[in-house]
Amino acid sequence: MQTLIDFITFKDPNVIYVVLGMICINTSSAVIGTFAFLRKRALIGDAIAHALLPGVCLGFILAGDKNIIYLLGGAFLTGWLATFLVDYIVNQTKIKQDAAIGIVLSTLFAFGIVLMSVIQNGDYANEGGLNNFLFGQAAAINKDEVYIFGIILLVILVATYFFYRAFLSISFNYDFAASAGLPVKTIEFVLTSLTVLAIAAGIQALGVVLMSALIITPAAAARFWSNNLRVMLLIAVVFSVFSGVLGAYVSYANAGVPTGPWVVLILSLITIISFVFSTKKGILYRILLANKNKRKIFTENILKSIFQWHEKKQKDIAEPFAAADLLSVRLFSTRELNKGLVKLKQKGLLVADGTKFYLSAEGIVESKRIVRLHRLWEHYLLRRTSMDENHVHAGAEAIEHVLSPEIEKELEKELGILGIPKDDY
Amino acid sequence: MMNDIWILLTASLVAINAALLGCFLLLRKMALVGDAISHAVLPGIVVAYYFSGDKTSLLLLIGATLTGVVASLMIDFLTKKAKIQGDASIGITYTLLFAVGMILISTWLKGNVDIDMDCVLYGEIGLINLDKIIIDGNLYIGPMAFYTELFAFFCIGLTLVLGFKGFKLLAFNEDYARGLGINTTRWHYVLMTLVSLTTVVSFEVVGAVLVVGFLIIPAATAQLISKKLNRMMFLAAIFGIAAVVIGYALAIWLNVNITGAMVSVSGIIFMMVLIIDKFFRKQQVSKSLNPA
Amino acid sequence: MENCSIEVHNLTTTYGGAPVLWDVDFELPVGQIIGVIGPNGSGKTTLLKTIMGLLEPSSGFVKIFNQDLDKIRERVAYVPQRESVDWDFPASVYDIVMMGRYRKHNLFRRTNKTDIDIVNQSIEKVGLTEFKNRQIAQLSGGQQQRVFIARALAQRAELYLMDEPFVGVDAATESSILSLLQEMKNDGKTVLIIHHDLQTVSDYFDYLVLLNTRLIAKGTPQEVLTKENLTNAYGGQLTLLAKVASLIKENEFPIREKDMDF
Repeated sequence: MQTLIDFITFKDPNVIYVVLGMICINTSSAVIGTFAFLRKRALIGDAIAHALLPGVCLGFILAGDKNIIYLLGGAFLTGWLATFLVDYIVNQTKIKQDAAIGIVLSTLFAFGIVLMSVIQNGDYANEGGLNNFLFGQAAAINKDEVYIFGIILLVILVATYFFYRAFLSISFNYDFAASAGLPVKTIEFVLTSLTVLAIAAGIQALGVVLMSALIITPAAAARFWSNNLRVMLLIAVVFSVFSGVLGAYVSYANAGVPTGPWVVLILSLITIISFVFSTKKGILYRILLANKNKRKIFTENILKSIFQWHEKKQKDIAEPFAAADLLSVRLFSTRELNKGLVKLKQKGLLVADGTKFYLSAEGIVESKRIVRLHRLWEHYLLRRTSMDENHVHAGAEAIEHVLSPEIEKELEKELGILGIPKDDY
Repeated sequence: MMNDIWILLTASLVAINAALLGCFLLLRKMALVGDAISHAVLPGIVVAYYFSGDKTSLLLLIGATLTGVVASLMIDFLTKKAKIQGDASIGITYTLLFAVGMILISTWLKGNVDIDMDCVLYGEIGLINLDKIIIDGNLYIGPMAFYTELFAFFCIGLTLVLGFKGFKLLAFNEDYARGLGINTTRWHYVLMTLVSLTTVVSFEVVGAVLVVGFLIIPAATAQLISKKLNRMMFLAAIFGIAAVVIGYALAIWLNVNITGAMVSVSGIIFMMVLIIDKFFRKQQVSKSLNPA
Repeated sequence: MENCSIEVHNLTTTYGGAPVLWDVDFELPVGQIIGVIGPNGSGKTTLLKTIMGLLEPSSGFVKIFNQDLDKIRERVAYVPQRESVDWDFPASVYDIVMMGRYRKHNLFRRTNKTDIDIVNQSIEKVGLTEFKNRQIAQLSGGQQQRVFIARALAQRAELYLMDEPFVGVDAATESSILSLLQEMKNDGKTVLIIHHDLQTVSDYFDYLVLLNTRLIAKGTPQEVLTKENLTNAYGGQLTLLAKVASLIKENEFPIREKDMDF
């Protein structure tokens, strides 16, 4: 508990840098990652992240110390080399993109491992810090680095603000953007540079092995909540920053525990929660929707059979009927039917009168609407498709429950039918 | 000297196993699924090791292999049920499972020497001789790792020889195979199990991260210049072994990380073959354009 | 229909919740060349894949020669779209055609003399004997299409389902495929072909199925190719149908009530 209080109150001044650093890093990568995700180039980020290792090591060897400018410079260089190589292999050979990513990723990472062993065998001061680039150590973020991460974030945000439409159009449809005369090559160059920059900033906290999660996962989780790019960007940033700060805390509270795995774990949990509870595509929502549809279909079927019974008996629609009467026009289970009648009563569509029922004014309108839709659809199928009179009823069953008022109007216009068609198939 | 030979033999088996399976992964455009599985076996290895306390137990082999299969199930689930695009599903799956593995190592196995972060990255190929098999108290017949690799080699070899037609059909035209009534899902998971098995047995030798270099690079190099599937498999194995031998020699000479050197050399071989192949193609084209 | 090659009954197949094929119902004759036509995205390939059991219908069923597909798979050959595979695959013409001899139960068996003879005959029938050992990547589009047809021929089936075999082929290949189809018809085989070129349908096919999500018409070319049918299929008259289909998808509605238990 004490550590939590220390962490929240920034008692340890380092905590401020860590939190600020994580906010910068995670915001940068979530913004850039959302575009990479939409462009279906999420795993290029993986290749770039792994490829940063030799760059970082080269920077270290050249600087002779853990100088953030050298390290970032080296990382930027090899990160770019990785994207160039992937594109080169895909364009020049029959090797597909996924394999090209695998080749570049493992070769450059292996070379980084070789360079690391060179550094470990040589006379370098402070070489231990390099290990942080493998699995991430947010606690190692210092004041200078926060400034640099802040500048990177600023560059990314400003670029995204000014190039928003350009990024959007090449992410949405590259070929269309090219045919519309947009400078797609330049836009792509800018976007790739920003991607490398965002990843280079992040490996300090996440490590090269897991960095791609910071690119891919926030966007994937945000996708469950919104179809709007601006909203998606915002949600991705919130998810990412939350996981980043929480992960940094866990790693802060337990000395020696790397940050990367915890951030990834929290991010993945958020994605799973999004998948279950999202109001757009979540699995829970879909189950509820299916149940709602089921109930709607059932009550509407009762209304329909009430109409049909009156029609068959040539009675006025407002006249009372018994529950059992409905069984003569449609097969219901008695228990389910009674439940459905109660529900209709609650909705004010049905009025109970002793053992009998009659439709309320609203109920009459509703039952007429449903029968009408069903019959309009039957007519449509008869006219437009090869379906014959024996089949249209089954074909139209269920459809009346989904037809919207707009479609009803269009059907009316196309078929030229007003009121309720008499013929029932 | 004897130690070097055993290391080379063991690493060559790793290379052959991975290269053979890599051919099918590549042709099925599942190179990165292989990458994901190799990362994802980590939590399986850690959990199995934690309970068995042994790096070469059967429990570990089975448990960790199953984790790899779970990873491929998870990728399928994310793509088909959660409707997340394929590349992102792979990324999410492998980062999550790998992160769980790392967390388990840093908590359960804190300070353990058998499985630590370095081992995860590049294995302990230089140390495999510590775990020797000695018969009758003095007859040394090689390191344990060699025999687990040999076991995997027999599993893979037997399955690929017997199921060659099936795997070939699956790789070229899955819909057609299903049209013939072949249960392609079953064949798919047999392949995934083999990939998983390979990465598990190779963990100790080359680690969980670099093994992907053994799976993909030699197979891709062979793909550049092969017109027949069996030739591609043969060449992939040869390229794999070449990378192992050259990489090992370089690593000893320059005193650098062995596994890193092997995969780096593999990547260099790939680039060389690519460039030479392109050069010859150009010559052929210019010859056919201006016949002397 | 007494002699019925394919019977499709009330078939509905959905993609992501929206019906792509909707209550399609027909019976097809034996020993004829049958064309499936309809605009892009009208469910032609979906129909073929559902017949082949590659897609699970959400309602309805398919019978082939009055039996379930699983019982008579050996009598059905499938020619997928040429673009559906990667032609960079390291294999020769012979290797691919040999796949036509693969069966569910013989995958672990070695190929025998009969298989080899049949494969060579099939390659000869499509006129690719001189390219027998060539890698498939080095063939023209028309030649690749002929490899697929040779593979189907090697199956020695009675019913052939071909997905757009005339797409991207040269005139020579087109006429050689046509004469091959006539030959197959004379041998009593049934061929179902997805086709998109309305100009040629009446010359190529004995029987037609006109599709646009729903079955618009079926019968001889004269019966099907009426102005009314074509307007219904191609004239954008079915926009309402498309709107309803997307409403169903949006609301995740069941297509048929009996799919749900109350």
